[in-house]
Amino acid sequence: MSQNGSKPPPISLEALKAGDKAQFALLVEQNSNQIYRLALRILGNEQDAEDVLQETFIKAFRHIQDFDGRSRLSTWLYRIATNEALMLLRKRKPDTLSVDDTTETDDGELTEPVQIVDWAQLPEDELLSSETLAYVDQAIEALPERLKITFILREVEGLSTLEAAEVLNISEAALKTRLSRARLQLRESLTEYFEGRFEGKVYGT
Amino acid sequence: MAHNENCRQLLGSLSEYVDGTAEESICADIERHLADCNNCRVVVDTLRRTVYLVRSTRPEETVMPAEVRDRLYKVLNLEDYLNSGG
Repeated sequence: MSQNGSKPPPISLEALKAGDKAQFALLVEQNSNQIYRLALRILGNEQDAEDVLQETFIKAFRHIQDFDGRSRLSTWLYRIATNEALMLLRKRKPDTLSVDDTTETDDGELTEPVQIVDWAQLPEDELLSSETLAYVDQAIEALPERLKITFILREVEGLSTLEAAEVLNISEAALKTRLSRARLQLRESLTEYFEGRFEGKVYGT
Repeated sequence: MAHNENCRQLLGSLSEYVDGTAEESICADIERHLADCNNCRVVVDTLRRTVYLVRSTRPEETVMPAEVRDRLYKVLNLEDYLNSGG
């Protein structure tokens, strides 16, 4: 199997459901890296990420008959993995909500921007310094759980709005709202970070 | 005061606006507002930069370590296929 530009071989759902091991190996081959990365991003810990990775494919293997084929297989795997990751988080912090929990505790008013500093004018090399990029990672990590997962699926893993909404079992509108919140919150953290570099030169009054 | 109310109303649409996926009428509203609200202009510019920055952090993509992959294949009883992939 070549990874150089050629398309990955298509997976036959029929064969998967018939218990074809080679097809299952193909499914693992094509998706395990993304699942591991997603779990690592959500959990921030390699051991936990590996547990989620294994559990995701064990469950996929066990429940392939339940997969209805309406979404992509990769979306379905992301969904299993996200739920597994959230279960682990809930064990650590009992107040974490399931992705299936549709009660929107976060749909009150949007936090208004507090910081108005025009760091958009900063030169590219300063903006993209490795220190800044490391800070961006930290700021993502610090987002509230459901905003963080939404953000990772959409912006880091590059899922479409529809796919990310399917993974989280929420509407596309709710997905967009969460993404918007996550971005505004990140903007706020980054503004705090860049503020020092302007030394009190605050724009807009 | 009325001015602040406008800022707040548009806030929820800014994310889609910077993606260029907001509805046309909303875009028009936002642009009209931005023309005389410097604060919101700064928020839009820095929000756009935020999205850009996040997308710039991606190159250091995490790759699953080989041992993790080996253990995964073992757990799944797929050792026979361990060397078939890239």
